[in-house]
Amino acid sequence: MDTLAKLDEVKTTPWAGGRSPFQVEYGKLMMWFFLLSDAFTFSAFLIFYGAQRFSKLTWPDPDLVFQSIPGITDTGAPLVFVGIMTFILIMSSVTMVLAVEAGHRNSKKEVVWWMVATIIGGFMFLGCQALEWSHLHHEGFWWGAIPSAEVVKGLGADAVSAQQFSNLFFTITGFHGFHVFSGVIINIIILIMAAVGVFERRGHYLMVEKVGLYWHFVDLVWVFVFTFFYLV
Amino acid sequence: MSTTENSNIEHAVEHHETMSKGRIWKVFFILLAITVIEFIIALAVPDTILPTAIKNFLYVALTLVKAFYIVAFFMHLKFEKYTLIVGITVSFIFIIFFIILMLTEGDYLNTHMNK
Repeated sequence: MDTLAKLDEVKTTPWAGGRSPFQVEYGKLMMWFFLLSDAFTFSAFLIFYGAQRFSKLTWPDPDLVFQSIPGITDTGAPLVFVGIMTFILIMSSVTMVLAVEAGHRNSKKEVVWWMVATIIGGFMFLGCQALEWSHLHHEGFWWGAIPSAEVVKGLGADAVSAQQFSNLFFTITGFHGFHVFSGVIINIIILIMAAVGVFERRGHYLMVEKVGLYWHFVDLVWVFVFTFFYLV
Repeated sequence: MSTTENSNIEHAVEHHETMSKGRIWKVFFILLAITVIEFIIALAVPDTILPTAIKNFLYVALTLVKAFYIVAFFMHLKFEKYTLIVGITVSFIFIIFFIILMLTEGDYLNTHMNK
């Protein structure tokens, strides 16, 4: 083998140029980069929440703050409602990944069906969050507002920690809820595109995978929000 | 241009055949089981048996396990190229640094600002 042939051989390694070293499609790699930056934003929120919680002498007891199931009971059911919300979101993540799987088989009908299921899950989650917010709002929590000193004391907190809890709860779950809402809108767009056969003509369902990544990320963030607001 | 695009797409499709329906449901049941364990720790185990500090440690550990399953299987990262996996996960070193930094700060404020 002469030297020239050897030089040509070097160019076939993944990082030698001329091909995608990650072997992912451009849009998908960009989605990963976006999600990484979004993960940093959410981490900053949650880490600030942790720092606040560490710095305060008291903190509202989550088992006492979140103990209602809207429409069923106002007290005595800690974690149940948020458990339902978590289940809905994990479930919609499953339907999303099933849509991606159907996309690999180029099965338009199944993609459409699973996307519809995912969107329904997203709306159900948003509805639950609206109920949760309105319940806390009726209790007296809001940005810059807390219930009476008596109620706050009953939750095991003081005015400062209750206010910080309230602000951070609405900001962080609000930011997450906004992500869910955007996700639902994007899912609807992709559903319409799948239904009218855009991806069928394109020959692949990579767009479903990309929005799938976003949707799973929203689920991932909720796993952390759930742990730090409701369990710890 | 279009040839490179197509070859990339083919590669991507090639990689994705590892996530079957059975596997999807398996991951779902793992996630569900971990959440149920978290609920049991929170509701059924009194603080006298398991101190709050240990409980909190368990919650965070179980959450990280859940995060692994979502990212590795649902987001398919486990089946991507090794360099991509490393590139994304190593970035989280900044978040770990930030956690240590901010929690130390919070702890300091707890002892010094509340006097």
